[in-house]
Amino acid sequence: MAGRYTDHLGRPIVVVTGMGVVTSLGRGKKENWAALTAGRSGIHRITRFPTDGLATTIAGTVDFMETEEVSAPAISFAMADATVGEALDEAGFNGSGFPGPLFFAAPPVELEWQHRFTLMAEKPEMEPCYNQLLAAAHDDHHERMHALIQLGTIAYRLADKYGTKGLPISLSTACASGATAIQQGVEAIRRGEAEATLCAASDGSVTAEGLIRFSLLSALTTQNDKPEKASRPFSKDRSGFVMSEGSAALVLESLEHAMARGAEILGVVRGVGEKADSFHRTRSSPDGKPVITAIRLGLEDAGVDTGDIDYINAHGTSTPENDRMEYNSLKAVFGDAIHAIPISSNKSMIGHTLTAGGAVEAVFSFLTMCEGVIPPTINYDNPDPDIPLDVVPNVKRQARVTTVLSNSFGFGGQNACLVLGADVG
Amino acid sequence: MREVWITGIGLVSCFGEGAEHHWRTLGGPTAPAPIIDCERFKPYCVHPLPEMDWSKQIPRRGDQRQMENWQRLGTYAAGLALEDCGFKDNEELVSTMDLVVAAGGGERDIAVDEEILREAAKRNDRDMLLNERLPFDLRPTLFLAQLSNLLAGNISIVHKVTGSSRTYMGEEGAGITAIENGLARIRAGQSTHLLVGGAFNAERIDLLLSLELGHFASRSGAEPVWARQASGGGTITGSVGAFIVLEEAEHARARGARPYARLAAIVSDLGPRDNDDKTRARIDALLDRLPVRAGTAVMSGASGCKGITGLEFDTLRRHLGEETAIRAYTTMIGNAVEANFPAGVALAALALFHKGFYPPFEEAEKPLAAASKILVSSIGHYRGEGFALVEPV
Repeated sequence: MAGRYTDHLGRPIVVVTGMGVVTSLGRGKKENWAALTAGRSGIHRITRFPTDGLATTIAGTVDFMETEEVSAPAISFAMADATVGEALDEAGFNGSGFPGPLFFAAPPVELEWQHRFTLMAEKPEMEPCYNQLLAAAHDDHHERMHALIQLGTIAYRLADKYGTKGLPISLSTACASGATAIQQGVEAIRRGEAEATLCAASDGSVTAEGLIRFSLLSALTTQNDKPEKASRPFSKDRSGFVMSEGSAALVLESLEHAMARGAEILGVVRGVGEKADSFHRTRSSPDGKPVITAIRLGLEDAGVDTGDIDYINAHGTSTPENDRMEYNSLKAVFGDAIHAIPISSNKSMIGHTLTAGGAVEAVFSFLTMCEGVIPPTINYDNPDPDIPLDVVPNVKRQARVTTVLSNSFGFGGQNACLVLGADVG
Repeated sequence: MREVWITGIGLVSCFGEGAEHHWRTLGGPTAPAPIIDCERFKPYCVHPLPEMDWSKQIPRRGDQRQMENWQRLGTYAAGLALEDCGFKDNEELVSTMDLVVAAGGGERDIAVDEEILREAAKRNDRDMLLNERLPFDLRPTLFLAQLSNLLAGNISIVHKVTGSSRTYMGEEGAGITAIENGLARIRAGQSTHLLVGGAFNAERIDLLLSLELGHFASRSGAEPVWARQASGGGTITGSVGAFIVLEEAEHARARGARPYARLAAIVSDLGPRDNDDKTRARIDALLDRLPVRAGTAVMSGASGCKGITGLEFDTLRRHLGEETAIRAYTTMIGNAVEANFPAGVALAALALFHKGFYPPFEEAEKPLAAASKILVSSIGHYRGEGFALVEPV
């Protein structure tokens, strides 16, 4: 079935021609890659708001962007704007409009406390309550505040600014969202709906309330003493994830379209796998079946065997449960061979960028293949004997990597796996 | 390209629950009076939820407790749709069924918020106040009732729909994207049966606030959608749960399923709304992509907002003729935002199945005994435009 421009199932081959990334390590691929391969952590003490009395006082916030205001939607938009711009520049589309749709993994945004306090101050004569806020809204048009808190706004703005086609898509599969955005971009090209798609993800939702919500679910580590040491995927003393911010964007194209316009090909999205879990709202099935199925579907979709995978970019959140479940599921799919495949967690350095995670880690996976360097899992000082993986401990490794499996799992039973390739071959 | 049928409908609105119930209520010779509450959030009106016995579709109390009404409503409507098409509790069919949900964000704890507001009025260290109160006052599980994709998560848990799961956001446009994605996947052979829809809980002051910040909420009482244009316009939201089952025709035939209708096409777009000529041109271009002609009946999800709803009405009549029968179903059940388009597609499929149409919901609407095909229109209150073409099987 495979042809010059088609894959093993006769579908258009989907390639990557532009990428952009922002994390707590910096802005752009260059800064991020330098820090990531140096094993540097972007996790630090939170300065955005006071943390007195909070169980967790560290995060991977992105504090260096110029934003309209300091709020989740404003920070998320600024980061997305930067990464989309970077990706389109690299692909050679910036300024000329983009010939396909936008798939955007959108962060949860809503009215924040600062907005409620602003509205409250507009009606000092009234008793503080929602009717008071509503009266303030009634009497004055708050166009900017309204636009900021709509869940579709970031995508609308990106679509408008960069000239993507059609109804821009805002999506969420929780912490798998970034991978889902890529998956949907791939599917649209395979179905022949578009020759190119812009896939982006952004999450800048480290607010006091956002942090507290995750804290209340006991999901976050409270190892605040040394922030850069707090995220320790696959270690015995891992104790939860570190909430972080970031964004990534990828330009996907059919191989034929990219070749016709002479674009440089940075990599291939070979396959995607997805399976929902009905076990629990925050936990995976104990037997790992949905995760196992998602990985197998990804490999099958890509037309590769377990033996073809030479690096795994782990979901690796650093929670006790995720890392054990991820290992068990990988073991079920790969058998004992899993112990010889290098697997690392970018989250050891950048924390968990939530909505953006799958896309950020896809960009890092492509850089891993392009540069022939595997970023390490840092803070691996106390290996968990129940997880005997080659986690590329603490120091980067030179390696020829041609096929990567990248895992993303999210609350609500979301599991998405990407199989990424170095070249069309 | 594979043919796509609508084989299941799960609908809850202010009128009650169930596909047939909605046809009996809305499809008679004259329209019933809309059920609308203009007291609770005065000067705003909402179409409230009917009395619900959640246990009928969400049997476990523990599951009900983990949700707020938005998720309960969606999970309930999803259960109705599965029951309606004969998938309920069929493990083989639901475990391979794809799930596509259009969702907003979930409920806040209004009592906690208001207590903090009262305290904040007396203090200038408000950041500290949040740190003192939120860790103790927020219920840990509330977060799970707020995350957009947890409606889908709850449907997976309660009804075991686990083929795949995707959630779209972005007001009315989310509902358009959800069904458009479902249609595309079945047509391309990526899915054979798929549950798609959304839910909206209108009885939330926080959502009303979100609308009113942009001055999108109607302040002129319980007027019908088109008539509202003359008195300031604005949207009136409605509590709705709307799910449909999309199925590849061959798959449905093989199991002897009854189709309501064929989903023939969906088109969508989005752009700024600051220039009426450009907005009109965008909608014109969408309609030009569909095989609609003079006399095609319309189920419109018009929001009622000033300007855009008038523009929608004029554009539809320009394309389809002055005499074409247009029904703003939002007059009857309210604007259900993310669930608005799924509700419209469901109502269109019901009318075609019964070889009829709906009576005029207000004076501006022309009578029509039976529709031969139906255009479902969704021009979002703020952004996003889309149409579906629904045909009889």
